[in-house]
Amino acid sequence: MTGAKVWKRTMNKIPNNKAWWLVLPMFLLVAFSAIIPLMTVVNYSLQDIFDQNTAYFVGVEWYQEVLRDTRLHDSLLRQFGFSLSVLLIEIPLGIAVALMMPTRGWQASAVLILLALPLLIPWNVVGTIWQVFARGDIGLFGWTLNNLGVDYNYTSNSLDAWLTVLLMDVWHWTSLVALLCYSGLRAIPDAYYQAAKIDRASPWAVFRYIQLPRLKNVLVIGVLLRFMDSFMIYTEPFVLTGGGPGTSTTFLSQTLTQMAIGQFDIGPAAAFSLVYFLIVLLVSWVFFTTITHMEKSDNGNKHDK
Amino acid sequence: MLNWMAWTMPSGLFFIGIASILLVMTIFEIRKPCVERKGWLPIPTTRGDRLFIGLLSSAFIHLSFLGLSDLSLWIALAMSALLMLILLRWG
Amino acid sequence: MATNMISKRNLGMFMYLIFVLLPIYWLLNMSFKTNDEILGQLTLWPTDFTLNNYITIFTDASWYMGYVNSMTYVAMNLVITLLVSLPAAYAFSRYKFVGDKHLFFWLLSNRMAPPAVFLLPFFQLYSSVGLFDTHLAVALAHCLFTVPLAVWILEGFMSGVPKEIDETAYIDGYSFGHFFIKIFIPMISSGIGVTAFFTFMFSWVELLLARTLTSVDAKPISAIMTRTVGATGIDWGVLAAAGVLTIIPGILVVWFVRNHVAKGFALGRV
Repeated sequence: MTGAKVWKRTMNKIPNNKAWWLVLPMFLLVAFSAIIPLMTVVNYSLQDIFDQNTAYFVGVEWYQEVLRDTRLHDSLLRQFGFSLSVLLIEIPLGIAVALMMPTRGWQASAVLILLALPLLIPWNVVGTIWQVFARGDIGLFGWTLNNLGVDYNYTSNSLDAWLTVLLMDVWHWTSLVALLCYSGLRAIPDAYYQAAKIDRASPWAVFRYIQLPRLKNVLVIGVLLRFMDSFMIYTEPFVLTGGGPGTSTTFLSQTLTQMAIGQFDIGPAAAFSLVYFLIVLLVSWVFFTTITHMEKSDNGNKHDK
Repeated sequence: MLNWMAWTMPSGLFFIGIASILLVMTIFEIRKPCVERKGWLPIPTTRGDRLFIGLLSSAFIHLSFLGLSDLSLWIALAMSALLMLILLRWG
Repeated sequence: MATNMISKRNLGMFMYLIFVLLPIYWLLNMSFKTNDEILGQLTLWPTDFTLNNYITIFTDASWYMGYVNSMTYVAMNLVITLLVSLPAAYAFSRYKFVGDKHLFFWLLSNRMAPPAVFLLPFFQLYSSVGLFDTHLAVALAHCLFTVPLAVWILEGFMSGVPKEIDETAYIDGYSFGHFFIKIFIPMISSGIGVTAFFTFMFSWVELLLARTLTSVDAKPISAIMTRTVGATGIDWGVLAAAGVLTIIPGILVVWFVRNHVAKGFALGRV
């Protein structure tokens, strides 16, 4: 084996607690913005808050309430459905795009830049782009569908709205998965492909036994990022559909915003935020641990992260 | 200045509790570094991993008590403490 | 057989690029139209070509200052992120220390909290330290998700640099700081390019925190867009032009780091 993998394997990290001094500035900076707001939200979740100076301690009442609230259950289910669909489409599509990307020459740079475009657009602009693009009267996409005889209207049909949000997310984020996979693919030494050629391996075998194993690490981070971000999606659907029609595209973040700002029910909203945070934490942790564990038993390397 | 954080006594105690657990574990770790081992959990874990698993499952035990039953939370707390003990000793 | 495969590949890539570019083209198309034309009939390119939408933006300080504000806090965020992430990533890639694995997972977990309710404490936290409505506040708040990503990417690149290089440098009498700046950082410059790209990206596109932490002096362009839409009815042409202008800084950044990104991706973290 050549390349980065060998370095990782031969390089045992030295135990040295002084390394904390190198991490400390980063830790303090992130902790300032992470821990103080988190603590405050925990405090909110235990009280009935009227204004800055008037709050009553209510214990775990809000938790009891939100855990039995069917509106929030529905919201949560919709959210899981959406995140699952996002992952099922974007991960395979991202891998496929990465496999199709040219590997050298000006085409490689050009494709990289074009693919990165959707990632660099502010999220509310993404919403605006699709809001216009999918309209039946002034948008190319909606207009084309309508002229092809498809009855499509994302402002009145809930299924259309949901699919439009999904399509928008695919458009927006598949590039991220593709770019990450591309970086993983570029790290495979040519010798592997030559060996496969000599063995007359089929394209599928090349993918399954050479390319996919090297993609595992980048896919872990890709899946984690996509899961966490799609679970938290707010700006794009808010601009595109405003959550409607009905509640078909009202995702969790929006339900929470309505509770916290619209109705000023900060206590219940905070309680549900924390429940929600724990769910994401659990799913991510199980996923992260499973993958890193699989990796360890694969190559018997205890020091690999 | 800390007024806006809306502190209450119970949540304050909760965070002091978590912070002291972390502190104790860190001191313990520096004094007696722990080796990864395999207990009844399906994966090999370090002491810190088991603490994290214990805390996360305690959170979910409490939530399921609140969501699914009207039993007192003290039962949940006792169960969590028991689980934590089992995890740290044999997990 | 082989050529057939390649052309199929190219065709697939081509189709995907069309899918990526069409919505952006539509925005560009709209930005050069008058509102009458946008709402009148569907035209594939501007028949009544106009630059008025752009002129509106470039002559009104409340519009173009939004771009200046956004770029200021993104640049500050980039500098802060790199300054704290480089040593941290070095520590993660070279040493084992108490709590390293948990610290790493904690960093990732900062992306997991739903923004809605957390915005209120953020607002109060930055008000109470007197940073509300400054570029620094947004830059610091964005570190919450740019720093973990930067540490993760940099750690990958640093692990690819053999440790023998560090050891040789120390034997030759280099101090840590000297070695780090003079030898180590140039070796991972591609990694820094990739990191800069991702840091820019996530800070530039974020709206909720940036909008919450600013009111007048540091208001980002994306927030100005939403407000203007609300107040005057929808001026589609100006909105599209503003949208197009938000894409341009991104294109410039990718253009400048494209060699680093291509090379950095080639080194890759695996």
